[in-house]
Amino acid sequence: MSDYVRKTSGRGFQDEVVVLEDVQETGPSLVAKRTLFRLITFLSPSLLLVLWEVLARLNVIDVRLFSRPSLIFQTLFPLMSSGELFRHAWISVQRIILGFLCGAVPGVVLGLSMGLFPPVRASLMPLVASTFPIPKLAIMPLILIVFGLGEASKVFTIAIGVFYLVLINSMTGVLSIDPIFLDVAKNFGASRRQFYLTVALPGSLPMIFAGLKLGMGTALLLIVAAELSAAQAGVGWMVWRAYDMFDIERMFSALITLAVMGYLLSIALDALEKKIIPWKER
Amino acid sequence: MQPCQVDVPNPVDAGDIAVLTSHLTKTFESPSGTVTALDDLNIQVRRGEFICIVGPSGCGKTTLLRIMAGLEKQTSGRIYVHRSSNNRPLTAMVFQSDSIFPWMTVERNVGYGLQMQRLPKKQREETVKKLLAMTGLTAFAQSYPHQLSGGMKQRVNVARAFAADPEILLMDEPFGLLDEQNRLILQKELMDIWQESQKTTVFITHSVDEALVLGDRLLVMTAQPGKVKRIIDIDLERPRDIVSLRGDRRFIELYSEVWHLLSEEVRRSRARQE
Repeated sequence: MSDYVRKTSGRGFQDEVVVLEDVQETGPSLVAKRTLFRLITFLSPSLLLVLWEVLARLNVIDVRLFSRPSLIFQTLFPLMSSGELFRHAWISVQRIILGFLCGAVPGVVLGLSMGLFPPVRASLMPLVASTFPIPKLAIMPLILIVFGLGEASKVFTIAIGVFYLVLINSMTGVLSIDPIFLDVAKNFGASRRQFYLTVALPGSLPMIFAGLKLGMGTALLLIVAAELSAAQAGVGWMVWRAYDMFDIERMFSALITLAVMGYLLSIALDALEKKIIPWKER
Repeated sequence: MQPCQVDVPNPVDAGDIAVLTSHLTKTFESPSGTVTALDDLNIQVRRGEFICIVGPSGCGKTTLLRIMAGLEKQTSGRIYVHRSSNNRPLTAMVFQSDSIFPWMTVERNVGYGLQMQRLPKKQREETVKKLLAMTGLTAFAQSYPHQLSGGMKQRVNVARAFAADPEILLMDEPFGLLDEQNRLILQKELMDIWQESQKTTVFITHSVDEALVLGDRLLVMTAQPGKVKRIIDIDLERPRDIVSLRGDRRFIELYSEVWHLLSEEVRRSRARQE
């Protein structure tokens, strides 16, 4: 529709006839375009890796600091085949999942209660609002003092980060339910219990899930920090250990693992969301 | 929550009255002072009749319906509702727009009232099935609302209210947001279902046309504060053909009569605003 050919009949200004012709669209079909975009999506990161490799070999970038893809893969594959990488990844995933659950479950319960009951909201909101802005990393030393150097401190660090995000989203989820649904429930004689189960909970689920997804992002961030101190294993620990040894290739291997872990966990959450919220428009 | 007052003998239990309001008044506090939405309203709705209410915007017709539905409380006055059976809800409301639950399938939406009444599942399914068939929704039983068109959603809304089998059916401009074609089709379908159930129905609309097509009686309300201006018997034979009716001589007479009453009120409310 972009190009029009204008033809005039040439009968003077007063009653000029303008013919608008839709020029046939030429070029690749929609399917071909889509394939092309897919190819680009795949090629652009590969191209970046090639560029990185070439620049490193030409000594434009410092191999001691940034390594190069071929060296990284040479380290990554043995780490994978020996199972060492997966052992560390599994330990971190366990901590993330445990911490995530410990934060999300109370977050949902408290958030829903705050949304449903104004007195609960009034009494807890100042507490939440004043402690939420404290960076979770800033309280890590305190967590270490209280929970010691074992697993509990790592799980708690992740839990506290997830907790706030889930809590705030759950509360907002309840509060943003369209008031007409409260009218419907009331008019059809729903008891309080029936109202919670048929309106409040399902109505706030989409927001709860938004909170869970945000929480998962934070959990990945916090796992690295949590494994900085007093850990003997885990992907985050691998990063810090590689830093101590100045083993850049190992560090990159761990970073790649973190990226893959994050990706897989978000896929898992999406799948869970699809299962639990089948009515959501996608 | 129930609009029925139980401490006095119910005056509607004698005779054929379904709803009776007595000196019903509702005021709201607003920043610019007290607003009287309903002023000393005395109306009677007969059992099994379809009564339509029209009036200028802001005349309190929705407030009246919400008080009948138990969603709001009157400031003073009484409202009585006849109860024929203890296991039926007093009212069920068809709301104006998107009020069906997005998180429930069509089937569960239609059965919502019955679920709240804690009816056994089997009985629930039977009623739901019947209503889905009557509203042409059988094929969509397992669909979610976001997969339906606006007209389909309002069918679910209507089916949900009928399924609850209330004493009084309340409708708050249920077709107001639909396009013309859909509105006509749904009016026709509503007539068919209503004819079969003979349910007492209070129907609010801003369309004179719609009121005359559907109603047995038409209550014209005054501009704020809402009072009864006139009650008109719609003496058009049933079953009505909603299309050819519009060319009927009596229909046109009634239309101009109501429109005349209504325009007086609209003018009055506009004059006050200026």
